[in-house]
Amino acid sequence: MEILLSLAIGVLTASGLWLLFRPRTFQVILGLSLLSYAVNLFIVAAGRLRSDAPPIIGKDPASADPALYADPLPQALVLTAIVISFATTALLLVVLLASRGLTGTDHVDGEDGEA
Amino acid sequence: MTGWLHHLIITPILLPLLASALMLAFDERRRVLKRWLSLIASALLIANAAALLWFTSDAGNAGTDSPHVYLLGNWAAPFGIVLVVDRLSATMLLLANVLGFTSLFYALARWDRSGPRFHALFLLLLMGVNGAFLTGDIFNLFVFFEVLLAASYGLILHGAGTERTSASLHYITINIAASLLFLIGVALIYSVTGTLNMADLATRVARTDPSDIALLEAGAAILGVAFLVKAGVWPLSFWLPRTYAAAAPPVAALFAIMTKVGVYVILRLSFLLFGEASGDVAGFANDGLLYGGLATMTFGVIGILSARQLTRVAGHYVLVSSGTLLAGLGIGGQPLIAALLFYLVSSTLAISALYLIIEPVERNADEDDMIEGIAEPVFDDEYVGAIEEEEDETGVVIPGTIAILGGGFIFCALLLAGLPPLSGFIAKFAIIDALLRAGGVGPMNWTLIGLIIVSGLATMIVMTRAGIDLLWTPGEDAPSRLSLVEVAPIALLLAVCLALMLWAGPVMAYLEATSAALHDPAGYLSAVAGAPPAGNAQP
Repeated sequence: MEILLSLAIGVLTASGLWLLFRPRTFQVILGLSLLSYAVNLFIVAAGRLRSDAPPIIGKDPASADPALYADPLPQALVLTAIVISFATTALLLVVLLASRGLTGTDHVDGEDGEA
Repeated sequence: MTGWLHHLIITPILLPLLASALMLAFDERRRVLKRWLSLIASALLIANAAALLWFTSDAGNAGTDSPHVYLLGNWAAPFGIVLVVDRLSATMLLLANVLGFTSLFYALARWDRSGPRFHALFLLLLMGVNGAFLTGDIFNLFVFFEVLLAASYGLILHGAGTERTSASLHYITINIAASLLFLIGVALIYSVTGTLNMADLATRVARTDPSDIALLEAGAAILGVAFLVKAGVWPLSFWLPRTYAAAAPPVAALFAIMTKVGVYVILRLSFLLFGEASGDVAGFANDGLLYGGLATMTFGVIGILSARQLTRVAGHYVLVSSGTLLAGLGIGGQPLIAALLFYLVSSTLAISALYLIIEPVERNADEDDMIEGIAEPVFDDEYVGAIEEEEDETGVVIPGTIAILGGGFIFCALLLAGLPPLSGFIAKFAIIDALLRAGGVGPMNWTLIGLIIVSGLATMIVMTRAGIDLLWTPGEDAPSRLSLVEVAPIALLLAVCLALMLWAGPVMAYLEATSAALHDPAGYLSAVAGAPPAGNAQP
């Protein structure tokens, strides 16, 4: 599982970075989205990988051994990060459309280098 | 601070949040109502910040010098999120809210009408800034950063226009990327230490397993890069002058505090996490800050000299100011940090005043760009240009417009360049004095002193040039209209700088105590760890 997860994070980061440095605004947005997926996975990994371990401790005192449970904090952090990156991406999309409408090109600088 | 006064710690966050939420209930036609609501909210914020400043000072604290802690949700310290107000937070809060009030006041002249929901966004930005200064938890800091960034995206776009849209595209992209770095840094630090509470982190960092130190330092470095982007350190600063120049003047004036948020976090975390008590990781990245700061100053000085618009001059001055602070932080030392804090307050106020005064000054020179807010080149044609194309203005001519603007402009120039007798001079003098007093003045100290003096000279040259071109060349036509709403906030900011000069002694004493508290975080740590949940007996 560790190898799979680290590969996934690596591939997402690499593709995200490549897209981020492209000249078209839509590619930039896709790149940022991929990067945020990679970061979200990374945060989950920061809480150590566990399978079959719930993050919430039940009321039964006998089962209150922390070793049986996954760390709930990174999962809460990921939820927050997902919500925030979703909102900012939506905002960036609006700015992209406005920029496209005002400048007539989808180049990040508002003008086409080749044209 | 006992009883209801204790809740003053959270009101700087709640008040703007509630006010802006209330504002969304009214549509844009109720402008007068919104104006009063936001003005009252931001005036109350100043009072609130001043009260916090009083409660953290010696006088309000009856000699006991400990930060005040507010437990959110009444959870004990390392488990719940805490808000902490100490001298540094209180100073920054007061500074931010003074800028907030003056910028908002200035915006009433007409800028709040050039787009929807200006006041709500403005108050949300203040909420984010206040939260970032108050929080004692790294992840909560991220959330407040996002609040202030999201509001700033809206404010940058305020007034629309091609230049603003394309500048904001860059601004938003780089800030989202920086936020991702922030998250990576937080995740790395959490994976090593297992905590997000700043005070708890400070105690655990010192006990880090030697095999994990590389990971911890990597996390801290990535986190630091995220803040350095905000602070505008070279080479992460190319977005800054353009974005600030494109923003509406009151927005740019408030944004003067945003780079200081980055500086504040670096100041806070480097002393808590990597202070002298942190064992192996003490003094981590100080050299990086020093060289980064010096490079930023150099870039800023070159930018100031080469800028053709006053808004760009101000943008590059923001960089010089950040660079000075970071380079000084890299050198360190208790008197130097106190001097730097004085410089931080004085230069932020001066930059904000400059952003506000640029617009009326340029309008006076060239009425054409009044609506766009995009400045024409200042030095188009030395000493004869700019003024000639002016049209006949209709409007109430206030006698002495030029005198008021010119006076304010000279005042700003003196403050920024650091010439006596104003607070800019006191700040620079204190920095240079601290640099020379340090035992064994190294080559880096001399470099920093040299750059500070050169940056003052460059600012003076450029401001004189711009002043002659825009203000003091006699034109045939009457000066344009200048409303009281525009003059009052500029006057207020400059008056605060004047007060800083007159009461430099007490201010400096407070900041020296701030610096001492930063160097000895034991008070901060014990205050957070020992904060009693409400309902229990107060010790």
